[in-house]
Amino acid sequence: MTRALLIAVLWLGAAAQAAAPAAATPAQGRARVPGATFATVLPPAPGQKTVTVAPFELDRSPVSNADYARFVASHPQWRRDRVARVFADAGYLRHWPNGTGPAAANAKQPVTQVSWFAAKAYCEAQNARLPTWYEWELVGAAGSQVPDARNDPAWRQQILDWYARPASAPLPEAGRGPANYYGIRDLHGVVWEWVLDLGSMMVSGDNREQGDPDVTKFCGSGALSMEQKDNYAMLMRIATLSSMQASYTSSSMGFRCATDAATK
Amino acid sequence: MKRWLVALGLMLGMQSAPWARDSDPPASLYHLDVALTDQSGQARGLDLYRGHPVLVTMFYASCKATCPLIVDTLRATERALTPGQRKELRVLMISIDPARDTPQALQQLATERHIDTTRWTLVQADENAVRGIAALLNVQYRKLPGGEFSHSTVVALLSPQGEVLASSGKLGGADPALLAKLASQPIDN
Repeated sequence: MTRALLIAVLWLGAAAQAAAPAAATPAQGRARVPGATFATVLPPAPGQKTVTVAPFELDRSPVSNADYARFVASHPQWRRDRVARVFADAGYLRHWPNGTGPAAANAKQPVTQVSWFAAKAYCEAQNARLPTWYEWELVGAAGSQVPDARNDPAWRQQILDWYARPASAPLPEAGRGPANYYGIRDLHGVVWEWVLDLGSMMVSGDNREQGDPDVTKFCGSGALSMEQKDNYAMLMRIATLSSMQASYTSSSMGFRCATDAATK
Repeated sequence: MKRWLVALGLMLGMQSAPWARDSDPPASLYHLDVALTDQSGQARGLDLYRGHPVLVTMFYASCKATCPLIVDTLRATERALTPGQRKELRVLMISIDPARDTPQALQQLATERHIDTTRWTLVQADENAVRGIAALLNVQYRKLPGGEFSHSTVVALLSPQGEVLASSGKLGGADPALLAKLASQPIDN
């Protein structure tokens, strides 16, 4: 697991520079995503390979430093000098020059160094929530013209190319990447993103006490197994998420918000 | 006045709980603002056992597999204590299944298992609250398509101020590491 994380971090740092032509203006607001049934890399139960996601709306861009600074201004308990350590580790907003906001040059970049608790609180303050893993996986499967590009070798290669870029490059501005089928940008190649059900991403690597008869870590059917083992980009993402605890922060972990779709 | 402040806090989307105190250590779980309902239907805060060392675990009542062992494990831990330690200790069992673990279902489990609800409390919380508590305790759980859950078993020992002193995945008997931490807790009597 540790090794998987290390590789994930190396790859992601890499992801900092988006390859495709930049959008003229950053994408605003949320895109509506129709409900769908699709094959997931994280089967919900043994023998069941598809999941159904209800219609939802998802931010077109990751939350930026400037966005997050506005939240901190109105919710001072989330300032880095006031946050309860139980909700965010010592790296929380470490990249800001002070407790109130980012350097001007970083304002439009995706916010990073935020914990799951912080991301969740931000979204709740917008009357929204974090997307679930399955919601994220659904939109993350889209190409520019099709809802599911996962079997397109060119699409896969593009994602892997992103992950192969050097880690030293600064993050691009949020929302400048190419729009996918749903009009959503920067899902790949910029930052990893928190998901609401972080605590449900049990993969077999975590079930390490299985050999000890005194320790039964999992109650019920136990750890999940992963499908589509050639879908490296998604598997890297899962490896990264499942290695993160909710108070952890990272220079490559950001987020965006979602809502249930408004009923017609 | 206090109610007004709570309402204002809710409006501002405050994460810090209305019962959190300035004296609570930064790592205290009691900063989390979640509404719990106990087996008698009474509203409780996460800090209902503030001032006592507390064993906290997450479970669901209808679990037929390993989960009954959680109660056995908590009992074994209690049995391994001195009478003075046992008198101070409290136990909080938090359900991950708000749909089925109504106060009635929790009361039924308490009765079936002869749980002393003067020192043990079983609670339900809504889905969002369960997510937050599970994240704090590092409990992994997932609802399965049939309505069952798969979850990691964690028994955490909280200090009187709500800090996690020790956390155990051991089922079936008392974890010596937990007992050692409990023994090092100051006792009032």
